[in-house]
Amino acid sequence: MRYHPLTPEDRADMLARIGVDNIEALFADVPADKLLREPLPFAPHKSELEVERILSKMAGRNVAASQVPFFVGCGAYKHHVPSAVDHLIQRSEFLTSYTPYQPEITQGTLQYLFEFQTQVAALTGMDVANASMYDGSTGTAEAVLMAHRITKRRRAVLSGGLHPHYVEVVRTLSQMANDNVVSLAPDVHAREDVVAAIDGDTSCVVIQTPDVFGNLRDLSAIADVCHAKGVLLIAVVTEAISLGLLKSPGAMGADIVVGEGQSIGNALSFGGPYVGLFATRDKYVRQMPGRLCGQTVDAEGRRGFVLTLSTREQHIRREKATSNICTNSGLCCLAFTIHMTLLGETGLERLARVNHANAVLLADALSGMTGVDVLNETFFNEFTIRVRGDAGDVLGRMAERGVLGGVRASRLLPGAGLDDLIIVANTEVNADEDRAAFIDALRSSLQGGTH
Amino acid sequence: MLHTQARHTKATDHQMQAKQTFTRNRGLDLEEPLLFEIGRAEVTGIDVEEPATTKTRLGRLERKEPIGLPGLSEPEAIRHYVRLSRMNAAIDANTYPLGSCTMKHNPRLNEKMARLAGFGDIHPLQPQSSVQGALALIEALAKNLLDLTNMSAVAMSPKAGAHGELCGMMAIKAAIIARGEEASRRTVLVPDSAHGTNPATAALLGFEVKSVPADADGDVHLDAAKALMGPDVAAIMLTNPNTCGLFERDIVEIARAVHEARGYFYCDGANFNAIVGKVRPGDLGVDAMHINLHKTFSTPHGGGGPGAGPVVLSERLAPYAPVPFIVRDGEALRLVEHTEGTHSFGRMTAFHGQMGMFVRAYAYILSHGSDGLRQASEDAVLNANYVRACLADLMSQPFGERPCMHEALFDDAWLKGTGVTTLDFAKAMIDEGYHPMTMYFPLVVHGAMLIEPTESESLAALDLFTATLRDLAMSARRGETERFTGAPYLAPRRRLDETGAARKPVLKWSPPVPIRDAAE
Amino acid sequence: MSDIRYTKDHEYVRLDGNVATVGITDYAQSQLGDIVFVELPAIGKTVEKGAEAAVVESVKAASEVYAPVSGEVIEVNRTLESDPAKVNSDPLGDGWFVKLKVTEWGQFEALMDKAAYDALIAALG
Repeated sequence: MRYHPLTPEDRADMLARIGVDNIEALFADVPADKLLREPLPFAPHKSELEVERILSKMAGRNVAASQVPFFVGCGAYKHHVPSAVDHLIQRSEFLTSYTPYQPEITQGTLQYLFEFQTQVAALTGMDVANASMYDGSTGTAEAVLMAHRITKRRRAVLSGGLHPHYVEVVRTLSQMANDNVVSLAPDVHAREDVVAAIDGDTSCVVIQTPDVFGNLRDLSAIADVCHAKGVLLIAVVTEAISLGLLKSPGAMGADIVVGEGQSIGNALSFGGPYVGLFATRDKYVRQMPGRLCGQTVDAEGRRGFVLTLSTREQHIRREKATSNICTNSGLCCLAFTIHMTLLGETGLERLARVNHANAVLLADALSGMTGVDVLNETFFNEFTIRVRGDAGDVLGRMAERGVLGGVRASRLLPGAGLDDLIIVANTEVNADEDRAAFIDALRSSLQGGTH
Repeated sequence: MLHTQARHTKATDHQMQAKQTFTRNRGLDLEEPLLFEIGRAEVTGIDVEEPATTKTRLGRLERKEPIGLPGLSEPEAIRHYVRLSRMNAAIDANTYPLGSCTMKHNPRLNEKMARLAGFGDIHPLQPQSSVQGALALIEALAKNLLDLTNMSAVAMSPKAGAHGELCGMMAIKAAIIARGEEASRRTVLVPDSAHGTNPATAALLGFEVKSVPADADGDVHLDAAKALMGPDVAAIMLTNPNTCGLFERDIVEIARAVHEARGYFYCDGANFNAIVGKVRPGDLGVDAMHINLHKTFSTPHGGGGPGAGPVVLSERLAPYAPVPFIVRDGEALRLVEHTEGTHSFGRMTAFHGQMGMFVRAYAYILSHGSDGLRQASEDAVLNANYVRACLADLMSQPFGERPCMHEALFDDAWLKGTGVTTLDFAKAMIDEGYHPMTMYFPLVVHGAMLIEPTESESLAALDLFTATLRDLAMSARRGETERFTGAPYLAPRRRLDETGAARKPVLKWSPPVPIRDAAE
Repeated sequence: MSDIRYTKDHEYVRLDGNVATVGITDYAQSQLGDIVFVELPAIGKTVEKGAEAAVVESVKAASEVYAPVSGEVIEVNRTLESDPAKVNSDPLGDGWFVKLKVTEWGQFEALMDKAAYDALIAALG
């Protein structure tokens, strides 16, 4: 077996050195009747070639985003990732190192985490960011717990524009941790009144912008009300590229900003691994979950970096920790930070403009079409349309014509009366001919409908 | 004719010490500034096309101020991150015996497979008919995990070990709520030797944590555990093999006791890699166990993540598994994404889990097969016991000559009087080119040194490693304390001031204050 | 000179009139190592004997400081927030944590005196 360096002779020599007759002697603590003696119900080991054949065949049964005109978003976005990113993250020294517990020999990891934290703080307009969470949804749940700790209150108010899966993640953790959560009804026109839902036990208000339907939300006025009532405003951003063009949540008064960082540097990968962004104000840093990297000096006075403020974490505080989080998304942070570095401010802003312009072009083309309404007044690179007929049927017919046209709102929100809504994302990967294909496919899918 | 240009190839001064250089580089060891000190806002390493001219639909929310994000051209960026990479220890370069973390070889085939467009470039919300191959892979991996554990169901979505632990404990809580015993069953028993995530998880869910002591052999104290069992006990959280690297000998007895008290048995599966193919947790009475795919199935650790933490569940807990999960509709596979009509306790994460890790883990299982999986466990245990045998005369073992599983545990009793601590010893290993073992964990052992060689190490590599540790140990005993207390001397950095970092946290780069302003 | 008593958890309490000054002992600071952060209670809060009154953190450890006697928090040592090293350099002086207004005198009398505490430290080796 190609991954096992020991030979049978090695094993025999080693057992002799240990002073036992056979390998079973080393498993003597396992109750004898529990030791598995029969072979596992698997085939024997396979060559690289055989494994590649099997997996390539499975992969071939999926439609890759790059193969078709692709307009699916809602929390994960198809972007172009530069070749340098994937090359660099596969460097052995990055790929096969662990959490930087020994700072003298992990300065590479620590320095990129410090750079990541600085980039995330700048993008979100906040004072300080951590070294990442699992993803945006788990980061949102952690932000709610953090707000409870800071305010000593136990009730969260969730905007109806928050991604429905994020709502479910927060609701699940809150129910299990005996906290309260109120989520407002989803409204494609973003007319909700979150402020009215605040009561004396409310710790935080959670608002996503752009929201799940693509609407941009101005948080400034809500932030003022929240602060007057001692409530924290948690802003959620699921499309990180939007931060290149939009006013930052920090500038609008958010106290905690959570983001899904997948769009920058990371592949779609069917939902994971992704990278959660988490940023806040200086005064709350000790209530933050997750790892933090800080600057210091070594014994010769040279600048270096270490994991710091780790007394917040589970390995020291145990049951009093701020969170049970242990792993971060190290390699995904690295991909984020390399992509961000390659973009720079100029590249990021331009990329964001291309995304927005592409979306505007499509929205404009659709607004003259019979049987289709574009519902958003504002959007970044994603908007919602109402179609004549069932959105799932329309998307199915578009898929038959080779276009993956978006996400039906009813997949995220079944039973909410949103059966005719499609959420459509446009990024820089959608060229003119992709938009033309979308329009053609949608038009013929509507005509082919039963209505 | 005499050749006057022949050059000496040896250094003329054999005593020459490393000197301070102009660049502060040391040969191939290159110093590297922060991105923010070398990048410029107007530089980009990506040629983005010209945006089409359109009106905007941004309302009044367009950004007006600069963000403060410098860029680098592609050659500069490559150089920056390549230089950073070279300051890192890595399993690809040398033995990385970090106990409990399982730093084993990461097969490159698995990286290639995860990057196939059909896996890496598919969206979690595209039509399910267009991702049947991906669902089939998740289903196949899930079945493999069930076969290896003899359990009833598996929740695939948790993003890491601690997240899996949270998922498993939520399933237990959901089962207790369903029994109407939420108010009375509030205690979770956790051994002193447990990973810190265990009590943190239990506390997060509102349980009261009670500690169970270890006995003199390093096992959970059976009588103490039994004495704590009662109608208030929701669960016991046990790591097996435990954090001391030992198989819990009374595990079946403990499982029976918690079941008799009508509680549940949560097993922390962080050390499952020692027993894959040798013993199945389901046969031991486990009700829930997370599996760290990055440990047991060798998905890369990548500087601390990403991980993946699927949770296997017993029949009693299976109905409460979180969404999404996969069901079969005739020929097709279908994701159940909402809890309506199920007993599911809810949702752990936005999408379906760590697909990139699933592909790697499945490729690992296919590559190893029935024979290779069992061999991996046996070799991991063999290597750890070999390290133990090679060092036992010099370094003290807290639990005597008992065989270990996949990691060998030493304490610091043998260092007493040398002036060298566990930390110093570990730092001296760095000068010898090794990443240190896990230190000061588990907490139940004083000055713990936990060595996990994994099955990836050859006999020659182990012999050099143990010879190095023997040399260091004898050096410490001879009183050569300066080799330890000032170490490392040869790493990219000497010891770092962690106290200063924590007292005055600097958590991001800030532009230097101009001298003119600073003087005012 | 004011009267000082000690707890088995290595807190000290110094009584001046009805004001008890609470901190951690020299032995405690030496065991914890370099203190990096001290979390103090709110002024006006009433703490019960044995309840958590503060948290003290070094790089690798966090410990709760329990109230040796019950009382109302009337003052906290704000300088520790910017200069936690004072706990190391002067635990019984400038490194104090909180001042409590004491009502139950018996609790104080029941604590260890210096001789008893020194004996406890000696026994810990």
